[in-house]
Amino acid sequence: MRLDLVPRPGRAPLAALLAPALAFLASVLLGGVAVALLGVSPAAAFAAYFIAPLSELWSLQEIAVKAAPLALIATGLAFCYRANLWNIGAEGQFVVGGLAGGCVALATQGSAGFTFWILPTMLVAGTLAGIAYAMIPAVLKVRLGVSEILTSLMLVYVAELLLDYMARGPLRDPAGYNFPQSVPFDAAARLPYLMEGETLHAGVLIAFASVVLATIVLGRTLFGFEVRVVGASPRAARFAGFSEARLTLAAFAVSGGAAGLAGIAEVAGQIGQLQPTISPGYGFTAIIVAFLGRLSPPGILVAALVIALTTIGGEGAQIDLRLPLDLTRAFQGVLLAFVLGADVLTRFTVRLVPGGAR
Amino acid sequence: MTIAATEPMPAPGDPRPLFGAYGIVKRFGAFTANDRIDLEIRAGEIHALLGENGAGKSTLMKILYGLLEPTAGVVTHRGEVVRLRNPEAARRLGIGMVFQHFSLCANLTVAENIALVMGKGLGRRALADRIAALGRTYGLHLDLDRPVWSLSAGERQRIEIVRCLLQDPKLVILDEPTSVLTPGEAEKLFTVLERLRDEGRALLYISHRLDEVRRLCARATILRGGRVVGACDPRAESAGSLAALMVGAPVRALTREAAPARSAPAGPERLRLDRLSLPAPGLHATGLRDISFSVRGGEILGIAGIAGNGQSELFAALSGEARAPEAGAVRIDGTPAGRLDINARRRLGAVFVPEERNGHAAAPGLSLSENVVLSRYATASLTRFGLVRRGAARALAARVIAAFDVRKAGPDPAAGTLSGGNLQKFVVGREILGEPGVLVVDQPTWGVDAAAAARIRQALIDLAARGSAILMISQDLDELFAIAGSIAVLQAGTLSRAVARAETTREAVGLLMGGSGGPPPGGHTGTPAGRSREGDSHAT
Repeated sequence: MRLDLVPRPGRAPLAALLAPALAFLASVLLGGVAVALLGVSPAAAFAAYFIAPLSELWSLQEIAVKAAPLALIATGLAFCYRANLWNIGAEGQFVVGGLAGGCVALATQGSAGFTFWILPTMLVAGTLAGIAYAMIPAVLKVRLGVSEILTSLMLVYVAELLLDYMARGPLRDPAGYNFPQSVPFDAAARLPYLMEGETLHAGVLIAFASVVLATIVLGRTLFGFEVRVVGASPRAARFAGFSEARLTLAAFAVSGGAAGLAGIAEVAGQIGQLQPTISPGYGFTAIIVAFLGRLSPPGILVAALVIALTTIGGEGAQIDLRLPLDLTRAFQGVLLAFVLGADVLTRFTVRLVPGGAR
Repeated sequence: MTIAATEPMPAPGDPRPLFGAYGIVKRFGAFTANDRIDLEIRAGEIHALLGENGAGKSTLMKILYGLLEPTAGVVTHRGEVVRLRNPEAARRLGIGMVFQHFSLCANLTVAENIALVMGKGLGRRALADRIAALGRTYGLHLDLDRPVWSLSAGERQRIEIVRCLLQDPKLVILDEPTSVLTPGEAEKLFTVLERLRDEGRALLYISHRLDEVRRLCARATILRGGRVVGACDPRAESAGSLAALMVGAPVRALTREAAPARSAPAGPERLRLDRLSLPAPGLHATGLRDISFSVRGGEILGIAGIAGNGQSELFAALSGEARAPEAGAVRIDGTPAGRLDINARRRLGAVFVPEERNGHAAAPGLSLSENVVLSRYATASLTRFGLVRRGAARALAARVIAAFDVRKAGPDPAAGTLSGGNLQKFVVGREILGEPGVLVVDQPTWGVDAAAAARIRQALIDLAARGSAILMISQDLDELFAIAGSIAVLQAGTLSRAVARAETTREAVGLLMGGSGGPPPGGHTGTPAGRSREGDSHAT
C-alpha cells in the first residue's frame, strides 16, 4: 500500500477558508477524547477552554494582551519564513528589545517636565536593539555562510542570561529588599491603558497596526514581492535582480525589529519593570502562530487570538477542572498539525494505491 | 469503445503485439489527458509517438511505465492483460524508460544513481564494468564518481540512457532523447537504437524532431488533444505533413523575407563582448575563455554548442547574473556594462530570456501578472513609491497573452500551471513587448511544440527586423539554421568565430560542437564543399 498525493487542478477559495475551521473542529474533538480519558466531562472542559474566557471582560482583555506580542512577533517572522530564512531566535530579540527599552526607562527615571518623549524613545530603542540582535545571525549567514538556525537559537540563551544578570545585578532596585527586579517604571515610561482600571494597554494597538502594515508591505510592495520570490524561486529572484544577501539582512531586520518592539511593549505595558524573565516563551510560541496563520499577517492575527484563547482557557481549566497545563500545549500542537494537514488536503487529493511497494 | 476490452483485440494477420494499450483514458480532475487511446507496439520496431506539448504523450508514457494508473483501459503484454502498478512492475516486464526530464538524485554520484535502479545483487565493481562496457559499445561515456548536480543536461541524459540499457529491456521508451546531443552523437544513438531494434526489441520513440522520426521509425501514432488522430508510416510523409498532422493545421512557415539579410547587416553595433574570460563558478561548471563577438542591430547571432560547454555561464555573464572582471568586457549599445547588475543592463535596453522557464525565467508559484513584475519592474514603470502597480502589471500581462496567443486557464493563473510552450511564449513575449535594443535568449524553443516554436522564432525574426540585436544560444541546429544570420560555436568555454549562415553547413557546425573542428576554426578538414570562406565581418 502506498499513499499518492495528486495535485488538485485548482484551489477553491471556500476550501482554503473552510479547511482551518474544520481542522480546528477536529482538534477540539480529539481534545475532547483526551479529556474524557482523563475522567473529565468533555462538555465541561469545552466550556472552560472556549466559552469561559470569551464570556468575561477581564479574560477577553487577557486574551488580547497575550495575543498582541504573539501576533507582532509572528508577523515579523513571516517575512523570514516566506523568504526561506529560519530565524528561530525571536525570543532572544524580544528579550533584548525589552531590556534595551527598559534601560531607557530606568535612565530617565524621575525626569521632570517634558517626559512625553520617553515612551517613544523606549519603543525605538527596543526595536533597534531587536534589529541589532537579529543582525548577528544575519551577518554571519551572509558573510560566512553560518546556519542562521543555530546562531539565532543559541543567541536566545545569551539574551536570557544577559537579562537575568542585569535584573539581578546592575539594574536591581536598591530599595527592593533584594528582590531580583528593577524599580517600577514611571508613569511616563508605561504604555497607557485603554480603559480606566482595566488591563488592556496600548501594546494591543501597536500589534494590530503592525499586522495591517505588514499585510500591505507583503502583498502590495516591491519589497514584499521580493520576499515572496526569493523564498519561492531563488533563481528567478536573481533574474529579477534581487540580492539574496540584502534580502537576508532586511528580513532579519524586520523580524528582529518586530520581536524587539514586542519585547519593550510587554515590559512597558504588562510588566512595568525589568525582571529576570519577561517572556513565557512568546518568541517560540510565535513560530507556531506564524505557521498556524500560514505566514500571512491576517491569518497570524487569528492564529494568535486562538492560541491566546487556549492558553487562557487552559489556565482556567487547570484551576477549575484540575486538567494539566500540558494538555493545552498538546492541543496547540495537534491544532498546528491538523491545520498544516488540512492545508495539504486543499492542494492535493490523497489516493490509496494498493499493492505498490514503492 | 470507452472502457473496454478485457480481451485485447489481436491485430489481424500479425503476431500478437509485444505491448498493447487499449482504450486508455486518464483524467486529472476535470482534465482528460488521454481519451480512449489505442496503441500497439511490436517487437523489432521503432514506433514513433508524435504530438504537440499537451497532446498526452507524457501521460501515455507514464501509464506504460507504471508511473500512472489509467482511469480506464488496459495494457497488455503478449496479449495478456497486465497491471502496471509501479515502475518496478513495468521493469519486470522488460519496459525501460529514458526520461526527457531526468529522474536523478542530484546529491548522489553517477554510480549511485545507476545502482539505485539496479536493485540488489550487483557489486560496485561489476556494475562499473558493465557501465564501462556499455559506454564503449554505444559511446556513452560516464564519470561514475561525479555527483549528478555537477553534470550538464547532456551528461545527465547519458546516465538515463545507460541506466535504461543496463536493464536489458524489451521495450525502451525514449522521450525526446536527442534534444541535448550533437548531430554526431545523435547519429551514434540512432545506430544504437537500430541495433536494439534488430535485436528484436521494441522502441517507443518520442521526438519533436520530425526528420529523426522519418529517419528511424516505420510506424507512427499521432496524438492531438489526448486522442489518437492518425497513424502513418513516417517514411512516406514529409516533415511538413507530419507537423500538419500533429498540430491539425499546416504549420506557418517562417517568413524569410523578414529574416536578416545574409550579408553583413547595416545596423550599428549593439552588443559586444571583448575578450571576456570568467573562471568557472563551480567545481564542475565551465569557465569562459577569451570570448569576443559583436552583434549589430538587425542581426541574429546564433551560438551553437552542446549542453555544458559554457552556455549557462555565457548567459549569466551577458545578463549580469555574473559580473565580468572589467566593465569594458561587455558593451550594450556602446556603454560598458560588464560591472552592472541585471537591472542596470535592462535599463540600457537589453532583455534576457534564460533557458529554464520554471524557476529562472518565471516563478512557477506566482501569477502571470506577478511574473511580469519579476523581470520588468525596473523598466516598465510597474512600481510607484515602492508599491507594485498591480493594475499596470495585469494590463501588461494581458498584452503579452494577447500578442503571443498564450493559452491559459483562469484570468491570472500561476505560471506553473501553463504548458511548456505557452509559458515559453509568455516569457519571450514579456521581454519582446518592451521593444528591447538587445535580446539575449538561451534555448528559445527547448521542449516547445511546433506551433509555439514557429511563433517564437517568427517573433525573434521580426524583432531583429525592427533593428534589435539578438543573441540566441541554442542546441538545436534546425533552429540555428532557420533564423540565425550567423553562427558561432561554443565549445569547452571558447567561442569559434562567427560565420554567416550561408557560408557554413550543419556538418561544419556539428564538427565544431563536438570539438573536432579544433580551436582555430579554419582547421577542420573534410567538411563538404560549398563552404570556401571562413568567418566574416561579424567576428572580432
